[in-house]
Amino acid sequence: MIYVFALFLLTLLVITAVAIVRTENLFVAVMLTSIFSLLMAANFFILDAADVALTEAAVGAGVTTVIFLSALALTGDWEKPRPGGRTVALGTVGVLAMLLIYASFDKPRLGDPEAPVHQHVAPWYLEKTPEYMDIPNVVTAILSSFRGYDTLGEVFVVFAACIGVLFILGVKPARQTAAAPQPVSGLRHHLIPQVVGRLLVPFIVLFGLYVQFHGEYGPGGGFQAGAIIATGVILYALLEGEAEALRAVPRSVLLALVVGGALLYGAVGVVCMLKGGAFLDYSVLAADPVFGQQLGILVIEAGVGMAVCGALLSIFHAFAARESMT
Amino acid sequence: MIELALDVVSWVLLAVGGACVLIGGIGGLRLPNFYTRIHAASLTDTMATLLIFVGMMLQSGLSLATLKLFAIMLFLLLTGPTATYALANAALLSGLKPEGDTGQSKHGENTQP
Repeated sequence: MIYVFALFLLTLLVITAVAIVRTENLFVAVMLTSIFSLLMAANFFILDAADVALTEAAVGAGVTTVIFLSALALTGDWEKPRPGGRTVALGTVGVLAMLLIYASFDKPRLGDPEAPVHQHVAPWYLEKTPEYMDIPNVVTAILSSFRGYDTLGEVFVVFAACIGVLFILGVKPARQTAAAPQPVSGLRHHLIPQVVGRLLVPFIVLFGLYVQFHGEYGPGGGFQAGAIIATGVILYALLEGEAEALRAVPRSVLLALVVGGALLYGAVGVVCMLKGGAFLDYSVLAADPVFGQQLGILVIEAGVGMAVCGALLSIFHAFAARESMT
Repeated sequence: MIELALDVVSWVLLAVGGACVLIGGIGGLRLPNFYTRIHAASLTDTMATLLIFVGMMLQSGLSLATLKLFAIMLFLLLTGPTATYALANAALLSGLKPEGDTGQSKHGENTQP
């Protein structure tokens, strides 16, 4: 039964992908991309990858769509027609598709316990997580402790991406002349979305905090929580106008979140070194090594959440500020 | 006996809810213009959500899952109609007039100025 459902979802994925390529209206393409992410999240969930599904749903279907839409507001709705060049693209895609299909012949069956991925380090992680960290969610343990260097690198990628976008798009807050009437932004005069949205924002942020601090016990963690909280603030910005959102969470706070999150993660590693352990070896953080691990995971997850939330909101505001300039 | 009755009721609710989704989908494709189409599509947001979720809650019995299903249902019932309203309002503001079948082309675009 689950195979039928998975096959159905994968078929829908292919249809959506073809539709994204075929459509010339960029607005439609953005919406289809969002649907694609949602289908992908459902697929991940069927494969029991709840953490990845949560990330895909929050980042892919949620925040990315809003950022795409705010980018679209700066450009146009329609794709520029480009003559020629189709045969080259088609040829490249065809060759790549053949290669991928050829490679898939060597792929082990879905869920095969003998597959190399289940024979390599995975059994060791599953065996050692209860002993070293004593937390139920092995994904969080791998992400933040066993492979803490990778996650540190990811946080720095997020940090670098945010800085890059701000360098290109970042503008000094436009000096508003007092005489000029404030342009009406947001949905201030639409009662129904505003009432419902105001009701939802606190719950979204609360859910984000739950995902953040429940990451050791269930699916979730810093990345997902940061994206969910950013979604809540973006919803607030859409309802009340960007200026209101900036007053609630100013740019300086956002930058402090991005920088502070990345620094917090790195600082935990340095503290580990100062206490006599290796970089990002949390066992030395407390007298009890298991508690030290848990403490380290909690703190670095907080750092990840701060960095992701700050970066996504900074990028959103960078686009929105451009919009109000034109 | 009660269990059997609950099972029957929940399956009836699930089936009717599924039918509502199907009707909404067909309506979204077949109805002549934008406003009638979102009317059909909003059926899936409200009636189908209500029926399917109550059906699932009856299936899960008294447990934490029921509470979670109820919370999701509440969320969907709040956001679905709001999204439909926002969509219709945006269409109205951008100049798509809710008219009768006259003046509408086959694809629902307003052909009259």
